[in-house]
Amino acid sequence: MASSSVLSVATQCVSRNASSLSINETHKGKAKLGGSTLRFSKSSGRISMTVAVNVSRFEAIPMAPPDPILGVSEAFRADTSDAKLNLGVGAYRTEELQPYVLNVVKKAENLMLERGDNKEYLPIEGLAAFNKATAELLLGADNPAIKEQRVATVQGLSGTGSLRLGAALIERYFPGAKVLISAPTWGNHKNIFNDARVPWSEYRYYDPRTVGLDFEGMIEDIKAAPEGTFVLLHGCAHNPTGIDPTPEQWEKIADVIQQKNHIPFFDVAYQGFASGSLDEDAASVRLFVACGMEVLVAQSYSKNLGLYAERIGAMNVISSSSESATRVKSQLKRLARPMYSNPPVHGAKIVANVVGTPALFDEWKAEMEMMAGRIKNVRQKLYDSISSKDKSGKDWSFILKQIGMFSYTGLNKNQSDNMTNKWHVYMTKDGRISLAGLSLAKCEYLADAIIDSFHNVS
Amino acid sequence: MAIRNSLSGQLLRRTSAVAEARFMSSWFRSIEPAPKDPILGVTEAFLADQSPNKVNVGVGAYRDDNGKPVVLECVREAERRIAGSQFMEYLPIGGSVKMVEESLKLAYGENSEFIKDKRIGAVQALSGTGACRLFAAFQHRFHPNSQIYIPVPTWANHHNIWRDAGVPMKTFRYYHPESRGLDFSGLMEDIKNAPDGSFFLLHACAHNPTGVDPSEEQWREISSLIKVKGHFPFFDMAYQGFASGDPARDAKAIRIFLEDGHLIGLAQSYAKNMGLYGQRVGCLSVLCEDEKQAVAVKSQLQLLARPMYSNPPVHGALIVSTVLGDPELKNLWLKEVKVMADRIIGMRATLRENLEKLGSPLPWQHITNQVSS
Repeated sequence: MASSSVLSVATQCVSRNASSLSINETHKGKAKLGGSTLRFSKSSGRISMTVAVNVSRFEAIPMAPPDPILGVSEAFRADTSDAKLNLGVGAYRTEELQPYVLNVVKKAENLMLERGDNKEYLPIEGLAAFNKATAELLLGADNPAIKEQRVATVQGLSGTGSLRLGAALIERYFPGAKVLISAPTWGNHKNIFNDARVPWSEYRYYDPRTVGLDFEGMIEDIKAAPEGTFVLLHGCAHNPTGIDPTPEQWEKIADVIQQKNHIPFFDVAYQGFASGSLDEDAASVRLFVACGMEVLVAQSYSKNLGLYAERIGAMNVISSSSESATRVKSQLKRLARPMYSNPPVHGAKIVANVVGTPALFDEWKAEMEMMAGRIKNVRQKLYDSISSKDKSGKDWSFILKQIGMFSYTGLNKNQSDNMTNKWHVYMTKDGRISLAGLSLAKCEYLADAIIDSFHNVS
Repeated sequence: MAIRNSLSGQLLRRTSAVAEARFMSSWFRSIEPAPKDPILGVTEAFLADQSPNKVNVGVGAYRDDNGKPVVLECVREAERRIAGSQFMEYLPIGGSVKMVEESLKLAYGENSEFIKDKRIGAVQALSGTGACRLFAAFQHRFHPNSQIYIPVPTWANHHNIWRDAGVPMKTFRYYHPESRGLDFSGLMEDIKNAPDGSFFLLHACAHNPTGVDPSEEQWREISSLIKVKGHFPFFDMAYQGFASGDPARDAKAIRIFLEDGHLIGLAQSYAKNMGLYGQRVGCLSVLCEDEKQAVAVKSQLQLLARPMYSNPPVHGALIVSTVLGDPELKNLWLKEVKVMADRIIGMRATLRENLEKLGSPLPWQHITNQVSS
């Protein structure tokens, strides 16, 4: 059969000395190999797919596990129960549990549509108007660091992409440096530093006994780290716990980091969403900068402007001189170019329009307060529901003390599974619930689920 | 509020202390200034130039006859349709399913058996760069001892991408300076001499930067030899539709390889052919032996993408799926792509004519030979 001669000659060729191969016919579908003529017809091409030569290079590739956070939404979608509740990913929902597109965003998009902006490549560092707006939003327009041009800002792919740029900068220019991350922290932090090949270890953060901050443990671990360690801090609304240091505690943390010559690396994904005030939520970052420290800050507009899928954020490096900022920015660009060349324009323009248009900016602040306000109300209602239903005397006040979208319920993995399997409440296995996905109407149901899981499952 | 007052009070105290505080020497002292990007730096320089006669023939971004950027009509219409929609929630890590489906149809063929058999592991990517980078990272993770063979010359950023992904590079001959055409025998020799089972980067059409593509016959021979050597062909297709004006024709090399039974990898970009440059929308696909493998490969691509950017941007993807998913808009797109390609083909002819008219003694037929077939 013609095809089997194709097979046998082909396998011989692979092991034969390569220099004896020559193809000197240009006829369509024919080739001479060391004297014998092979025919490559379409049908033999199909049959020969089963030959060793066409075995996939990726045969040994195992199936990856679903993402622990984003996988929750997938599971939720597959659930057919009417009672189902998605408290997995941190995406804001209205009281009707619908996604929310901010009014200012719709207005900004309409402006952009009317103007008929083109879709040309942004520079590698992103949209200049966005970079200016985002640094000013973070630090305050009159911040000396900005006035002295000591801030290097590069538009990034939301929080993740900005963190990844920072991680890549650390790997390339601080060889051997480690990152200290909180225990617990957002799941993807570890993936980012792993894939960027930056070693990390944890500092104590969550205290399960108090369902609060293990402040002494945190300070001890930061002190114990070798000089020049990068310390990853959540600017506000710690994810997943919802537990933030107090202003006094922030001062002490800043002192220790400064004494040990560490470098603070802030992840600011919820500016405005924690307290409702954009300025207030940036206080921790501004404190560190005012101390005179050099700081890395990753920002995201996924939550506070609802621009999740547009992937808009920034990597900021505040350094001690404008000259140094210029150099750092150039190297951040050099890291970005082989990742994605230049960042997506759409989200950047929305942010620049909203922040840069006074009327829209004011309206945004109001919408921000409304969203943060809804979450505060839901916290209150949940707390009230649980306290009135639970007769065990357990202290649930942590629900009110925690801040931002998330609450660390203290439920363990089995209990979290029970939430899902019995009650169709979707959450992450670490006991984190996203209050942004909770409505006042569902608080009673959730209270029942939490009480049941906490008391009846170990 | 208590928090605000106390923290900003402390801020004032700190700020005045800064004047006395030592500025520890910068952490970033050892960071050298990076050189300007060889391609995007040209545009920076062009923008800074004050001369009224300036011409930017640097970056590959289409311009109309007045030198202005063009937004396609089909894209504008798609945007009008999607404006103000609810679609701002995170896409899945692998991106827009619809956009990926349409991309696969465009590249592999509307009725491709591989699509029907679900043998293609594919994800939305950050345009061509992102698709290449994701594949390079994937190659590094699952074939850590492999290298990538890249043509000489190639798009400058290919070097950066595979280097930053930790994959060493080798080269194969491609451009023949004397003829300003393809060094076909050099190319074939280098394919032959590479160790069996090497990874090869091929430009599917409209080779960047030379504009020199193999003929259909030459592609068939390249495919045969690569098959015999058991190499892995990775195609970078950034110009489908833009080369000849006909997307099906521009995918010919890929179709030849598929017919020959290769299991290919493919990076697609919509930057040029849909003028979506700044939206960063593209697709990475890997043809596998069966559906199970395709699912596994896709899951691993997602595992690589999650710590890079979590999930890809939605806007450009929505535009692409709206345009390609609507027959009327798709027809409009096909017309507009042909107009762009024709303008460039016409420009080539005019440039060559003018050079010859000016009495240049040098040969200029390569201008029209390149990317005209």
